[in-house]
Order: sequence, then C-alpha cells, then structure tokens
Amino acid sequence: MKLTKTLLASTALTVAAGAVAAQEMADSMTLVSWGGAYQSSQDEAYAKPYLEEHPDVSISWDESSNEAVAKLRAMNEAGNITWDLVDVVAADAMRLCDEGLAMEYDPDDLLAPAPDGTSAEDDFGDMIVSDCFIPQIVYSTTVGYRTDLVGDTPPTEICALFDLETYPGKRSLEKRPINNMEWALYCDGVAKDEIYDVLETPEGQDQALAKLDTIKDQVVWWSAGADTPQLLADGEVVMGSTYNGRLFSVIEEQDQPVGMLWDMQVFDLDGWIIPTGLSDEALARVKDFVYFATDTQRLADQAKYISYGPARQSSAPLVGDHEELGIAMAPHMPTDPENASNTLLYNYEFWADYRDDIDAKFQAWLAQ
Amino acid sequence: MTDATGDGSKSGPMLAADGTPLKKSLARALRMQKMRALMLIAPLLLFVLITFIAPIADMLFRSVENQIVSDTLPKTTATLGDWDGEGLPSDAAFEAAYFDIFLAAERKEHTRLGTRLNYEQTGASSLFRKSGRGLDDIGEVYQDQFEDLNGDWDEALPWAELMGDPDWLSEQQGWDEEGRQPGFELRDGIADLLPTASREYAIFAEFQQREENNNLLDEEPWSAVHTALYQDLAAGDMSGYSGPRAEMLQAADALVDSPEFETVSFRDGFEEIDEDWLQPDIWRTIKLYSPDYTSGYFLNSIDMQLTPDGAEARPDNERIYMLLFQRTLFMSLVITFSCILLGYPVAYILSNLPMRSANLLMILVLLPFWTSLLVRTSAWKVMLQQQGVINDVLVWLGLVADDARLTMINNQFGTIVAMTHILLPFMILPMYSVMSTIPTSYVRASKSLGATNWTTFWRVYFPQSVPGIGAGSILVFILSIGYYITPEIVGGTTGTFISNRIAYHISSSLNWGLAAALGTILLAVVLILYWAYDKIVGIDNVKLG
Repeated sequence: MKLTKTLLASTALTVAAGAVAAQEMADSMTLVSWGGAYQSSQDEAYAKPYLEEHPDVSISWDESSNEAVAKLRAMNEAGNITWDLVDVVAADAMRLCDEGLAMEYDPDDLLAPAPDGTSAEDDFGDMIVSDCFIPQIVYSTTVGYRTDLVGDTPPTEICALFDLETYPGKRSLEKRPINNMEWALYCDGVAKDEIYDVLETPEGQDQALAKLDTIKDQVVWWSAGADTPQLLADGEVVMGSTYNGRLFSVIEEQDQPVGMLWDMQVFDLDGWIIPTGLSDEALARVKDFVYFATDTQRLADQAKYISYGPARQSSAPLVGDHEELGIAMAPHMPTDPENASNTLLYNYEFWADYRDDIDAKFQAWLAQ
Repeated sequence: MTDATGDGSKSGPMLAADGTPLKKSLARALRMQKMRALMLIAPLLLFVLITFIAPIADMLFRSVENQIVSDTLPKTTATLGDWDGEGLPSDAAFEAAYFDIFLAAERKEHTRLGTRLNYEQTGASSLFRKSGRGLDDIGEVYQDQFEDLNGDWDEALPWAELMGDPDWLSEQQGWDEEGRQPGFELRDGIADLLPTASREYAIFAEFQQREENNNLLDEEPWSAVHTALYQDLAAGDMSGYSGPRAEMLQAADALVDSPEFETVSFRDGFEEIDEDWLQPDIWRTIKLYSPDYTSGYFLNSIDMQLTPDGAEARPDNERIYMLLFQRTLFMSLVITFSCILLGYPVAYILSNLPMRSANLLMILVLLPFWTSLLVRTSAWKVMLQQQGVINDVLVWLGLVADDARLTMINNQFGTIVAMTHILLPFMILPMYSVMSTIPTSYVRASKSLGATNWTTFWRVYFPQSVPGIGAGSILVFILSIGYYITPEIVGGTTGTFISNRIAYHISSSLNWGLAAALGTILLAVVLILYWAYDKIVGIDNVKLG
C-alpha cells in the first residue's frame, strides 16, 4: 500500500515537474557509467522504468566513467559535449565542478522530495558534497580475506592487513595513497579523528609510508576493481582491499571461500553530474530523468541488484531482497548500523589538496 | 644577343623552341611537374597535418603554456611584478587579488586556477575554492552600509545612470531583449571621478552583457563594485560633482567620511578566509608562475622544481621520473634483444621451409597478433602468477617447493615476458621478409668453397639479414618505449613504464602540462636514438622487405 502510494506520488510529481518545464525535450540520452554489474543495476532500477513511462525516448550507455574527467575536459575543449549524464565518484565530481565542466544545481529544484515531504536537500543531507554532485549510492572500500587461508582465527579488524605473523601471505592494496595511508596511520596507533591532521605533515606522511613499508614486499598492487576478487578467488592473496559490492558478489553470488571485514571501511559516494554546455532540449530531458532516477523508490530499487546503499535517508527502509538470490539486502549495505560501527568517510577536501603531493611521494616510494 | 649575357662569351645560352633559355624552360617544366605531384598528395598531406600533426603539436605545446595564471589574475600578477618575494606583498597586491578572484569566482574560473596552482603548491586548490565563496564577505560590508543609506545603491538603474553614457542608456532602455545588446559605455568624466568603481562597473557590465547575456538594467551590481566605490569615496572628494545621481553619491561620500562607517582591510578580509593568505608561499607561487610560458612542467618531469632562486632538485623521496625514464629505456632494450633472440630462428626457419609449411607456421606467428592485447596480457597473468600454471607444474615436478613458489608477475620479469611475446610478430615479420629475399646460391657457394656451417652463416648469411634485424628492432623498440596497457596489468611496481605515469596525469590527476612535458621528452629521446642509429648503422640499411 505504502509502495503504491509512493509510486503514485512520485509519478505525479514527475508529471508535474514535466509540465512546469513545459518545453521541448530531446528524445535520446547518452548516460555514462562504469559498465558491469553496477551499470546493469542502474539500467534495471532507473532506465528501464523510465523508458516504460516514456516509450518514445531512447537511452544509450557509454562505459567510460573511468576516464570521464579527462574525456569531459577534452570534449569541452573541442566544444562538442556528447554525454548527457555522467556517473562519477564524488571526488571526480568535485574536480569536474572546480574545472567548470559540471553544472551546479539546486537540490530542491532538481530532485524529488522524500515521500513524507522532507526536502531533497535534507533527505540527502551531507551526501551532497559538491554543488555539482547528485548522489546515488554509498559504497565502501573494505577488506576481504580467504576463509581457508587465515587459520582458526579469521581477522576481525583492519590492522590484520599489517599483521604478517598471524596472517602470513600476500595482500592486495590499491595502487594509490588514498585509503592505504589512512589505514597505515590508524594501525600505527594514530587516533581516528587525528588521521588527517597527522597526514597533513611530511612527518605523518613518512610515518604512514614507514608502516606500509613493513608489508611492502608482501603486497600486490591493484588498479582495477576486479583485481582483488580475482586474486582472492585464485588464492593469490590472503586478503585484499576492494569495493564492498565486489566482495558481495564473490561471496554470495560466486560462492567462493571468502569473508569480509567491515571494520574501518572507507565510505565513498557515487552519483551523477550533468555536464555543462548541454542544449536546452537535452538539459530538459536530463533533468526530467534525474528527477525520476533519484527519487526515494528508485534508489531503494537499485539495492535489489547490487549491495550499495542508497544515498537518501528515506530509501533505507525500502531496501528489499536481492532480485535473483532472494536474500535480504539490508544487512549487506555498508550503511547498515551493524556494519557501520567503525568507519571512515573519504575526506574529499583533504585529498583534493594533498592528492598530487602525496601521490608523488607514494609513487616514488613504490618505485624504490 | 651574345652581349646580352654580359660575360662576353661567344656562344649564347641554348634556347627552347619558344625562344626562352632552355635552362629556364626546363626549370619551369620541372616546377610544373612538382606542383602537379604536390597537388596529388595535397589531400593526404592536409589530412595528416590537420588530424595528426596539429593535435600532437597542440598537445605538446601545453608543456610550456601557462597563461591561466596571468589571464585569471591579471592585476595581481602585474602588482606582484615588483615585489621582491620577501615577507608579504603590499596591500595593493591584496586589493588586486580581491578584484581578480572576485571576477574569476563569478566566471567560475577560480577553482580551475586553484587546481593549476595545486600542482605546484599543496593546498592551493581548497584555498581558491574557499576564497571564491569568502570574498563576498568583504564586499557585503560596504554593500550593506550603502544600501542602508539609500536602497538605490542596490538597484540596477541608478548605477547605470551614474556610470553609463546617456546615449548608451537611452539605447539600452529601448533594447527589445532581442538581438545584440548595446555595448556599455562609460560616461565622460566618470573615470576621473571614480577611477576604481568605474573600472569595476565596466567589468561587471561587460560580464553581464557579453558572457551572461543579461539585460544590464535588470542586474544590480555585485559587491566588488561597492567595495570599489568605497575606495574612491574614501580617496576623493565628491562635492564638486553635479552629474546624474549627484545627491546619492555625495550622501554616500559623507557616510564614508563619518567615523561610524565600518571598513575591512583587504588583508584582514583575506586572513578571515584563510590564514594561508598571510603566508608568503602562495604569493611566491603566483609570482613564479605568472609568465605566460613556464619551464616548470619540464623541470618537474626531470625531478626538479622551479623556485624563486632558479631550478632546484626535488627532495629524494619525490624523485621518480628519471628513474622511470631509465627503466623504460633499459626494459625496452631488453625486450628488443629478447625479441631478436627468439624471432631470428623463427624467421630463419620460415624463410627456408617449403611454401606450404611456411604458410602454416606464418599463421601461428600471426594468430596471437590477431588476438586482443588484453586477452594475451591476462593470459600471461594466469600463466605466471604464484598459483598459476607454470608454478603449479614446477611444484608438481618437484622443482620448486610449494611454499617457495616463484614470483614471476607484478615485477620487471612479468613485463618483459609478456611484452616480448606481444611484440614478437613485429620482429619476425620484417626479418622474414628480408630473409626470404636472400638467394640460397650464396650459402651454397660459400659451402662449396670450403666454409664451415658457422662461417657460412656468420660471414655470408647473417650480414645479409641485418637490415631485417634493424627494421624489426626499430619497430619493437619504439613500440615498447610507449607501451602502457601491459606494464599496467603485469608490471606491479618495478615493471611499470613512464607511459603509465603519463596516462595517470592525463586521466587521473589532470595535470596535462606535466603529461605533455613527459611526452615531449619521450619523443625527443626516441628521435635522438633514431638519429644515433642512423649515424651508427645507417637508416638506408633498414629494409622491410
């Protein structure tokens, strides 16, 4: 009953928004996303229902989110924007916003309010980390391990990464400083709320690298999200960091002997940006789509296909079961209270400033 | 006629049928021919120039381009020109920075500049982002006080009357919102009376009319104009003014002169936004990067940095590019030699087998060539990893203990193996096409003259196959020096190339200037090596068939 009401309400609102806009809308859209399971979850949860309501519209997908920032910049310089809506992580959205490549928007204007009338701005809350960023999901980077290779005492906390005595063997970490530096400091005894104060200083950066140095020759460095799941499945590594959705798929869908930690998972956000320089018709269509695709029900629906948490507070109670496996998805959400007892939020401001500097040191350290 | 040549020779120049000297006539005919040939290749030449050479040149040119700083902060960079870099710059620099960043923030260009400067100084990115938001606080102090005095100060029309030329104003009022907006013109004499405010208003007008296409009479000026007005009123005397809005202006002047009037110095305003503005570092960076062209990117790409005292080496823990250049060259050489070692016998056999079996072998050589690069690279992962096929076999044979499996991937070895395999066809094909043209009679002649097999090969056959080796080596070496995908997947930390860093700067850090500088150096290295090869071996000695 509640569901029907929500659906009806959101549909009515969509229609109303469309009527207010009352202008020509383009009849095709190019959406950019990451490909794979994530893109198909968006296709199922947002695009297909939208197309049912608008049969005359066509949507094409481009799997370029990986290089979205560079490509958008090149398109902008060439003066020919061929994308209508781009899925990026929040840090990239911030950079696109800084570069003037993404459009700033007003949440209450563009996004649907929650079913109970809470404004979109309040419903998304802190998730709107940049003026250009339209949040969709919360995901986390966390650690998975081989249950058959860790003995009788499976790891329960992040610092197992650095514990070569109890858990000998290779581990895989992402080939960039972000997350690794934070974990290294945390496991070197730095209090959680002081991590970034310490990491700001050259001494702090050296401290983090020194901690990483203790496991350096046991680390396989990954750069694609699929690497750690593959390395775990092949038994190449004992444990490794990756995105929680990838671990869910290894554990639940592929049934591998893999377990996962939620301790010190690093939350990050993924969402849409609208490129600047769209024609009026294209923009009208994109706005109409975004209004639909980010409403409470749609975001909750996406969790049926992938274990990423909806970015709206009002969506959380609506998260149901996995479409194929039929298991309840709520306990697999990174935002579930059970899982979120000790977490870190990606510090966008810090990394926007320090990324170039720390990355130079990190890469030099790697190459030594 | 004979004297016409002026050299006194007896015989005149040879003439063509039409009476012109033959030499001239021939030259003309030749020129015509050349022109015709040029016309024939013109479409291709233009195509290559426009779609290939020009974009590459444009991209490489970014390695020195640096206009963004002086374009975004024109007044600041001009003011900083005579600052000696000691302590803090003068108040004039803070004032210039206020007006520059204010306009940049309206245009949403300040964050872009912040990103640019953040490559040189950590923290610039958030400093500029904050400043874009925070500068309004300075202007609002004045804006609010003027507005409280007279609401007209926050209206569009009174400002237009005060600042604008009357002819322009009547034209603007008659504008029907379609077509081109009549361009704003300053009223005669206003620039002398209110130098700063009129300058800032003109900038504001230009922005609204040309960039935003808003009707200037609908837009109340932004707070930077109020700040500028305060400065002019504080410095000058308005009592002699009798033009439009004289009363309003004189009342404001009186207000500014009264002791209750609240003011903020630019320096305090900047300090309020972020204390980093009171550190000399950010100002030094701006000054250092204010020229339109910079050597900074090139210095960065050879592990140095631009400082006020000239170029300096970077600290040890930040040096990486020279190491990567050396490693790229070294590994490309190793890969080229392994390709020669493996490819030569294959090409030899191919060229000496009967056609039927040679074709079959040829397909085996070409088959991997037609398979996706990613598939081949990933296949090596399956082969070489610790739980992989090769290690499994070695453990099964008892050659390697189970707990001491070999590390053959995610290091230099993995990259060399995978890239040698991938680039092998580029070595075999030119070798094969050269070897198949070597007449077998030479070898037979050598043997019939009593040479051993080895002497025959080394003195007769090998020298004739060198052009094939040369061609293959150049192909393989140049391809491998710019390789990117394979080292990224199997290279780990010790087997990556300079191109992986270039790719990182193009697609992740967006530091295209540095990427262009690294690319330019790589191109220069290749050209130098090519030149050296030409000097030592001779490029005529290279044959593709």
